[in-house]
Amino acid sequence: MILLALVLLFAEMSLLAIGGVASTLPAMARAVVARHWLTAPQFAALFGVAQSSPGPNMLIATLIGLHVAGISGALAASAAMIAPSSTLTVLVSGLWERFRAAHWRRVVQAAITPITGGLLLAAASFLIRAADHDWRAAAITLVVALFTLKSRVHPLLLLAGGALIGVLGYA
Amino acid sequence: MPVESQRLTHAEMFRGFFIAGLSGFGGVLPFARRIVVERRKWLTEAEFADLFSLCQFLPGPNIVNFAAAFGARHRGISGALTATVGLLAAPIVIVLILGTLYERFGTLPVVHHGLGGLAAAASGLILGTALKIAGPSLRHPATLGIVVFAFVLFAVLRLPLPLVIAIALPVSLGLAVFRVK
Repeated sequence: MILLALVLLFAEMSLLAIGGVASTLPAMARAVVARHWLTAPQFAALFGVAQSSPGPNMLIATLIGLHVAGISGALAASAAMIAPSSTLTVLVSGLWERFRAAHWRRVVQAAITPITGGLLLAAASFLIRAADHDWRAAAITLVVALFTLKSRVHPLLLLAGGALIGVLGYA
Repeated sequence: MPVESQRLTHAEMFRGFFIAGLSGFGGVLPFARRIVVERRKWLTEAEFADLFSLCQFLPGPNIVNFAAAFGARHRGISGALTATVGLLAAPIVIVLILGTLYERFGTLPVVHHGLGGLAAAASGLILGTALKIAGPSLRHPATLGIVVFAFVLFAVLRLPLPLVIAIALPVSLGLAVFRVK
C-alpha cells in the first residue's frame, strides 16, 4: 500500500526534523532512493522545484508524494509531514509558556542550536553533491550561497538566475 | 488562551497566514514575522521570538509549527487547523502545478538543463542559510565542536538521523550545562 508507505516515511521525517525540514533532506533522499521512488539527481531537481514555490520547504514532501502516487499521494505525504510535529508543538507550547524563564530551558536551547547548525550544513553538503555534477553547477551554488549570506537579493531571483544559466550554458 | 476580546477569529487568522504563505518565497519566516508583528500586531517582537524559538527546536517544519501553536493559543484545535491550512493552501496548490509541469516536461533537454541550474542554485540557497544559522555557533570552540561533530556523524559517517541526535544531544547538553549561567 503505497499511501501507507508515504505516510509512515513522512511521519517519521516530521518527528526527526529537529531545527526544520532541511536537516532531514539527506535521510529523506536516502529513503526515497532506497525505495526506488527517485534517483538522487531527481531528488535534487524536485527540491529545486519545491524551493521555487512560495511556502515552507516541507513542500518537497508534497512533490515526492505527487511523483509516487499522484494527488492523493501529495496530500497524504504533506499531512504526514505536518501532523505529528504540529501536534507535539501545540502540546508543548503550553508548557513552554509556563517555563519561560527556567534555567533548563536555556540549557536545552543552547544545546540544540549547534546541532541544528551541523545538521543543516550536512544537508547543504548532501544537496551540493547531488546537484553539482560539474564546475559550472558548483559555481552557481557558490555564487548563490554568497549572495544569500552577504546581500538581500530576493531568493526567487537567485533561483531564476540559476535556472537561466542552466538553460543558456548547456542548451 | 487570551481573553475573549483579544482572541482572533478563524477568518482573521486564515487571512493572515494565507498571505504569509503566498508571499513566502525562499522561506516564510520573514513574511510571517512582518504580518504577525509589524502589520497586525498580533504579537510583540519578544513574544514572536519566544514562540518561534520553541517551534525551531521542536521537530517539524518551523513555520507550520508556529502557525499551529499560534492558532491553538487563540481558538484551540480548530484554530490550529485554520492557521495551518491557511498557511499551506496556496503553496501546496502552486507546488502541485509546478510538480505536474515537471513530471510532464522534466525530460525535455532545455527543461532538464534549466532544472540542473535551478537545483544548483537551490543547494546554494540552503548552504547560505545553513551558514547564517550556524554562524553564531561557529565562533566559540565548544559550539563549533558540536557543529563539526554533528556534521561528521551525519554527512561523513552517514549515521541515521535518530542515532545522530541520540549521540550528539547528550554531549551538547553536557557542554551547555557549563556554558549557560
